[in-house]
Amino acid sequence: MMRTLIDWIEDRTGLISTVEHFMNEEIPASSGWKQVFGSVAMFLFLVQAFTGVMLGLNYGPTPGEAYSSLRYIMNELSNGALIRGLHHWGSSAMVIVVVLHMVQVFLWGAYKKPREATWLAGVVLLLFTLGFALTGYLLPWDNRAYWGTVVTTQIAAGVPVIGPYILRLMGAEDGVGVVTFARFYAAHVLILPAVTFLMIVFHVYLVRRHGVAPEPGDELVPTQKFYPKQVFKDTFAIFVAFAVLFTLAVAVKAPLGRLADPTDTTFIPRPEWYFQFLFQLLKYCEGPLELFATVVLPGLAVGGLFAVPFMDRTPLVKVTRRTTAFAAVLLCAIGWGGLTAAAVIETPKSAALAEAMGPMDWVELTPVEMAGVGYFQKERCGQCHTLGLADEDKSGPNMGTGGVTRDVPWMVAHFKKPGTPMATMSLKPAEMNALASFLIKLTPQNAVKMSEVPQFAWEGAIVYQKNHCGVCHQVNGAGMNNGPALNGLARRRKADWVKEHFKNPQKFDADSTMPSYKFSERESEAITGYLMALP
Amino acid sequence: MVASNDMARRSFFGRATQFLGGLIAGGLGIPAAMYLLRGPKTIAPGGYVDAADLSQMKPRVPEEVSFQRIRKDGWKLISEKSTAWVVKLSETEVAAYSPQCTHLGCAYHFEETKGEFICPCHATNFSIDGEVLNGPAPRPLDRYPVKVKGTRLLIGTIESAKPASTKMGA
Repeated sequence: MMRTLIDWIEDRTGLISTVEHFMNEEIPASSGWKQVFGSVAMFLFLVQAFTGVMLGLNYGPTPGEAYSSLRYIMNELSNGALIRGLHHWGSSAMVIVVVLHMVQVFLWGAYKKPREATWLAGVVLLLFTLGFALTGYLLPWDNRAYWGTVVTTQIAAGVPVIGPYILRLMGAEDGVGVVTFARFYAAHVLILPAVTFLMIVFHVYLVRRHGVAPEPGDELVPTQKFYPKQVFKDTFAIFVAFAVLFTLAVAVKAPLGRLADPTDTTFIPRPEWYFQFLFQLLKYCEGPLELFATVVLPGLAVGGLFAVPFMDRTPLVKVTRRTTAFAAVLLCAIGWGGLTAAAVIETPKSAALAEAMGPMDWVELTPVEMAGVGYFQKERCGQCHTLGLADEDKSGPNMGTGGVTRDVPWMVAHFKKPGTPMATMSLKPAEMNALASFLIKLTPQNAVKMSEVPQFAWEGAIVYQKNHCGVCHQVNGAGMNNGPALNGLARRRKADWVKEHFKNPQKFDADSTMPSYKFSERESEAITGYLMALP
Repeated sequence: MVASNDMARRSFFGRATQFLGGLIAGGLGIPAAMYLLRGPKTIAPGGYVDAADLSQMKPRVPEEVSFQRIRKDGWKLISEKSTAWVVKLSETEVAAYSPQCTHLGCAYHFEETKGEFICPCHATNFSIDGEVLNGPAPRPLDRYPVKVKGTRLLIGTIESAKPASTKMGA
């Protein structure tokens, strides 16, 4: 029965003999563990394709939706976090394995005649892999994605002559926006998968055409067959790679920061770890040297890779005698490793973590955001919206659990014209802006803490905001520098001094340009208390 | 002897390859199947919505009230208009009926002269207590859970909304 089925398939399609032919390929006796990387790279590509399709089934590919849908995938769908984790860490794994594959081929000199074209196709595949990484980076649409892509597009814009055209091609002429997103998304899910697949087929075809590269001495011993030993070694390596990737995806949650905020100037963009060496190099290169790090060096590197099989035309020798090749790899590894290490050391430890969790304490908020806390309280938003994780019976969306998925303009428009059962507000536009700027800082980690801001602090911040203190003073990096910064005021002045100073600043300093303020007792108490509490 | 050893080794490598391949396929396939086939862990958006002022209503006279409800649509929260037939059954009991007939989901209305709800599609009559008086409807009108706060009526959501007349498999 089984026999007849197999015979039928073979007769009608020839598939069985094709697979057998593929499995029985003659490979050199020296083949073994060192040749597994190509198979692992191809496997990882398939994992990326599979998990990518899975993500695509629940992903809204436009800027705002992208973020909310990804959050939905990670928080609300079974194994959603795992699948995103596999895709996220899989991209890193793929870069690693593709590079290892290339290093192996390079060290053994497997690119030599007649395998030059195989090598060239491989370099193109490396570029496609990096293209996937670059375009995929934007798709979560969190701050990391947005600002990282801003830097990428700026670097592209700096390329002499063709820079503006690259920028236009990226849809980023007027900054990173919906068009950029559409271009990156289309490249990531339409163009790159298709061309990468075709290039893999071409690459594998060339490997078959020329056979696995032999080592000197292989011509003296009989060949072995691809199946079963080498197939097992490839599968074992694939399994190890998968086990590592799976463990990583389970153990380390793929990052998803706050919704992209184009007005957040405090965010320091950082590229993926494998691009950090360029990021670091860019720090050392200033002015015209910048082009060296952004264009010249990457250009030379890619050009050099393409040129490898044409520069080295020496006959095949044993790998142990290829000292120049080893030196070249070592040099690259030291350069890359050193710069990456420097970048890692210089990264503030908690930068990434702090970004994802948002400000954890109210003293870290700017006065405008603090005033927003006040408007949240004054408008009794808490009657319908829970801040934090408590699952209370309230009619409006919980502002804590899901994180905030809307941007400031949307929120302000929503405050003005809710279009939902939400009550309209009595706030002025500036006050609505303050409220929105506070809400966008909410994360599942900090929301509960933000519901516990003491009343004097938010009352004080409202006084601060209403009297435009920020026009002259700075708090937590926000505001102007015409007057003294107000952080640490408690170390310099006593509360009574501050209260008296509001009434008549010139009494303390005849040259002071600060106007006098007639605060009510309560206002004076609140703003003084707020300012004295600032670290 | 040499040949059979070789055969054994071949089948060992073959089996091991299949075993590892199976583990990988399971590691990817099982989570993916759960991801696609299990519904989302819905974080229910707020339960009760303020819908009507009870002090304005006459006892045992149903009124159709409309209210805005926030519904979850995938990753989005959507605000949509809902209606309910609200009736003060007694001093202590208020009922809010889903506006769809339990037969095939038509919108029914209240016939004041008869004091009954009438569905025009297949002529089901319901009493103001929601019971089926005659007609093909299989069960009484669906009731929203309700809460009374002062004079305000709060309407909740019907758990596991059933389709009009047939029961879907669980």
